[in-house]
Amino acid sequence: MNIFRLFNKQRSAPLARERLQVLLAHERAASSCDLVSILREEILAVIAKHVQVDAERVHVKMDRSENMSILEIDVEIPLDPALQAA
Amino acid sequence: MGKVIVVTSGKGGVGKTTSTAALGAALAQRNEKVVVVDFDVGLRNLDLVMGAERRVVYDLVNVIQGDAKLPQALIRDKRLETLFLLPASQTRDKDNLTPEGVEWVINELKRYFDWVICDSPAGIERGATLAMRHADVAVVVTNPEVSSVRDSDRIIGLLDSKTLKAERGERMEKHLLLTRYDAARAQRGDMLKVEDVLEILSIPLLGIIPESMDVLRASNLGAPVTLADARSAPALAYFEAARRLAGEIVPISMPEEKRGIFGKIFSRRAA
Ligand SMILES: Nc1ncnc2c1ncn2[C@@H]1O[C@H](COP(=O)(O)OP(=O)(O)OP(=O)(O)O)[C@@H](O)[C@H]1O
Ligand SMILES: [Mg+2]
Repeated sequence: MNIFRLFNKQRSAPLARERLQVLLAHERAASSCDLVSILREEILAVIAKHVQVDAERVHVKMDRSENMSILEIDVEIPLDPALQAA
Repeated sequence: MGKVIVVTSGKGGVGKTTSTAALGAALAQRNEKVVVVDFDVGLRNLDLVMGAERRVVYDLVNVIQGDAKLPQALIRDKRLETLFLLPASQTRDKDNLTPEGVEWVINELKRYFDWVICDSPAGIERGATLAMRHADVAVVVTNPEVSSVRDSDRIIGLLDSKTLKAERGERMEKHLLLTRYDAARAQRGDMLKVEDVLEILSIPLLGIIPESMDVLRASNLGAPVTLADARSAPALAYFEAARRLAGEIVPISMPEEKRGIFGKIFSRRAA
């Protein structure tokens, strides 16, 4: 092994890891995209029956971990009680 | 009822067939009844790796089309009494595999064998989805390399959506088998590390199989590596993986760097 090569060339594995993480986050989001948008619409409709919410303030996200997929739903509900539907 | 395992990867040439044969023989050496099924119709290879290529008379497609009975197509291993092979067809193409036919064959095999291990073809098309369709457990074979990891991620997505288990809303059990791992290269930072791949794919680890000449030697001889040289490093790693598949709790042993005296001195200086 050439000792100079060892110092001159950057390790490539960390870059591979980083590129994969970015790419797969994208690809996973794209493949669960349809489901997420359907869920988002339906969840929004259910909540809107009881509370007035801004459609822009509803975030639905799908994440995969070891034993399950995690569906994260983040809904901002306005504090002002006057805005709440009857 | 036996357990159905699919050995799958997306990417080609990562070690599915090698792993199917090695795990099958390892489980059979525990006296469990095992059948390995070649789903790679048109490009069969499991018969060669198992050393049974000259004994193939009937195959999976013959059975599905009713030209042969299932027991006629099964080939018993010459070394292990409890190990059988159901070969794929070399001449037909994969359109001859019907979903109903595959379902019938798998259900029959489950009645007689403890383990039905399906060697998937590469890709994410029909052949691969048929091979995974009836699985209880998936072994995702991955090399520590970007395109293999990406394809494994695609396959994990399919396992969670296109299998019977997934459609029934059950959880598909998935295990990562990291193959062709070169500890020295990973140590130098030129190859993805075990932790990297695990973190990215986030499925539990079944085993780490080192890159080894012993695998090539075994395939030249026509024997699963766990039979050809049971004490070689890849064989030991496959035995460990087989024990985990069978439900034993075995700590993962990390492959050792193989270094000459020169390498040892050098790495001590570098550290
Ligand atoms: N641990 C290993 N060390 C060295 N060589 C290996 C190892 N595992 C597999 N190989 C070699 O890699 C090649 C491909 O292996 P194999 O046929 O098992 O892959 P595969 O995933 O079944 O391929 P395909 O997608 O074409 O079906 C073979 O030449 C095999 O000997
Ligand atoms: Mg193969």
